[in-house]
Amino acid sequence: MNATKTLIYDGSFNGFLTAIFVAFDEKSQIADIQKNSASQNGLFSEPETIFTQMDKAKRVWNGIHKKSHNAIKDIYFAFLSENKGIELVLYRYICKLFAANTSIASDYSDDIVLKTSQLARSVGREKHRMEAFVRFQLTKDEIYFANIEPDFDVLPLISKHFRSRYADQQWLIYDIKRKYGIFYDLNQVEVVSLDLDEIHTNSLNKSAHFGDEEYNYQDLWNNYFKSTNIKSRINLKLHKQHVPKRYWKYLSEKKVV
Amino acid sequence: MSLSFDRIKEKLNILADAAKYDVSCSSSGSVRKNNSKGLGDSSGMGICHSYTEDGRCVSLLKILLTNHCIFDCAYCVTRKSNDVQRAAFKIQEVVDLTINFYRRNYIEGLFLSSGIFKSPDYTMERLVAVAKKLRLEENFNGYIHLKSIPGASDELMREAGLYADRLSVNIEIPTISGLKLLAPDKKHEDFTKPMLKVKNEIIQYKSEKKIIKSTPKYAPAGQSTQMIVGATGESDKDIMYSATHYYKNYNMKRVYYSGYVPVAEDNRLPAIGTQVPMLRENRLYQTDWLLRFYGFGVQELLNNDHPNLDMDVDPKLGWALRNMQYFPVDINKADKSVLARVPGLGMKSVHKIINARKFRNLNWEHLQKIGVALNRAKYFIICDSNKWDHSDMEGTKVKGLILQNSVGKFRKEYSNQLQLFS
Ligand code: SF4
Repeated sequence: MNATKTLIYDGSFNGFLTAIFVAFDEKSQIADIQKNSASQNGLFSEPETIFTQMDKAKRVWNGIHKKSHNAIKDIYFAFLSENKGIELVLYRYICKLFAANTSIASDYSDDIVLKTSQLARSVGREKHRMEAFVRFQLTKDEIYFANIEPDFDVLPLISKHFRSRYADQQWLIYDIKRKYGIFYDLNQVEVVSLDLDEIHTNSLNKSAHFGDEEYNYQDLWNNYFKSTNIKSRINLKLHKQHVPKRYWKYLSEKKVV
Repeated sequence: MSLSFDRIKEKLNILADAAKYDVSCSSSGSVRKNNSKGLGDSSGMGICHSYTEDGRCVSLLKILLTNHCIFDCAYCVTRKSNDVQRAAFKIQEVVDLTINFYRRNYIEGLFLSSGIFKSPDYTMERLVAVAKKLRLEENFNGYIHLKSIPGASDELMREAGLYADRLSVNIEIPTISGLKLLAPDKKHEDFTKPMLKVKNEIIQYKSEKKIIKSTPKYAPAGQSTQMIVGATGESDKDIMYSATHYYKNYNMKRVYYSGYVPVAEDNRLPAIGTQVPMLRENRLYQTDWLLRFYGFGVQELLNNDHPNLDMDVDPKLGWALRNMQYFPVDINKADKSVLARVPGLGMKSVHKIINARKFRNLNWEHLQKIGVALNRAKYFIICDSNKWDHSDMEGTKVKGLILQNSVGKFRKEYSNQLQLFS
């Protein structure tokens, strides 16, 4: 019997798909699939480094897509959860998917399917929250700028939403945790990495990057938010459930005055 | 902007404050795509960008154009006789606020309502002018909801629908007699006439669009209305029968129920400081939901024998407990419409059950994994395990068992209310 293998990939989704291709192609026993940044040596498995190859990734993507539209979405979303061990879960999911005749994407009584769909749901929820909670601030060079700090890597998922919504303004959404952003220059969205010298939360301290008008609008919004509250109906528990505290520091309506 | 910033701030505070009693917040259901590299897109689901401290969704900039009003409806903060600060926005000010809030991703769009200054038409004309400017001058594709002013002319209603995604006239008081009592200046027809106009225009534009593709959209997200609950002595049956009437005869997309917040010292109304009937409001929304998505008929849930909703259990559970003869149902065999009536099964669970049971017969463990609220559902179903004995389960007994084991979110509130009578 062949020794089991641990596939080491570059952390990208296409890298992961390439690893899946290799796993099927070599018919090897897979002990684990790990990001190169986080890889640990398994005691009984042989490491193999995978180089991302777009054509192979594409073939796996198309293969899954042909099997089930829902499955490909769940796999992609769950992958972006960056959950520890997610690669192996998804590998098993894909094995099942290719082995079955019917689409298993809705078989929630299966543990692997359930786990994948639950992770995908959490990522989907955060995608939605980011679409809601991004707060742009207009810089002096006319770029609408926002910091985010999501639990999951959702930038790739929200790009399209912001592109179709803000087609006539330049914007940049920057993920502080993962140190990259997406920038729309009125024509296309590009992935950018940059070093920020300060993090722009909704603090009351004005930054030289933004004009007075920007602070006026933040102030108006903050005031508006207060005026809409009906005191006799107050329900802070519900409020916190909808707007989790970890997002507050980026919300202009949550400025501490 | 910077010159008049303080004045704008003051106006915004006054006119947002006065608009907050309108509970409609929906920004979904429209299909306005941004194809022209303009600003905004409302082709997706509406997004709640924030939530007020009372837990309601904030998705639109919801303001009055003015809180001046020539009328004196007893339940309204804006009424003529109320001693409050008055203000009015200029058309351009509303446009600037909307655009700038939208660009910062604070909102999905604008919900513009107004007190009535001078006359209904004079007021409606201004509301329409704001929407028109946003669409034609700012190339704005975000969501616009205009409140139709009762008594406004057909011609203005027609124009309003060309620029707005949704139109609404708030009926406010669910019964005609209640309306007479609290809003003596207004006639019932003032509300229903614009509703009818909008309904007919929507139908006409839709049929024209089938023939001529370039026909503009008319109020693509339809119309809605709101009723205040608990200002007059109407029953839940009165409210829901009235709602059903508007859904059916005016093609309403949504009817909203708003627990009355006492804003006036007036002997026709509950006194200031009276608790807002939040639990009742919640029960009405649940009932509305059952009517629209779960296949219930209104007379099954409310009738002469049962004119008010239960406060201790939700309306679906209440209905099931009164109709135990339909239960238990077999999870592995029952039709979708039957499953939808099982307490503890939401439409999502129903959908998952139907998918999952294609692969195998489902038992308790499967149902639990799927996320079914078994603590309630178990009394009403059988599945591929026989741990549960359903024989001789009477409604009252089941109710006792369920209440014993549940910590409903309104439990505390409910017991507070009960104390009033003990
Ligand atoms: S007409 Fe409208 S704004 Fe004026 S008092 Fe009546 S409900 Fe209030």
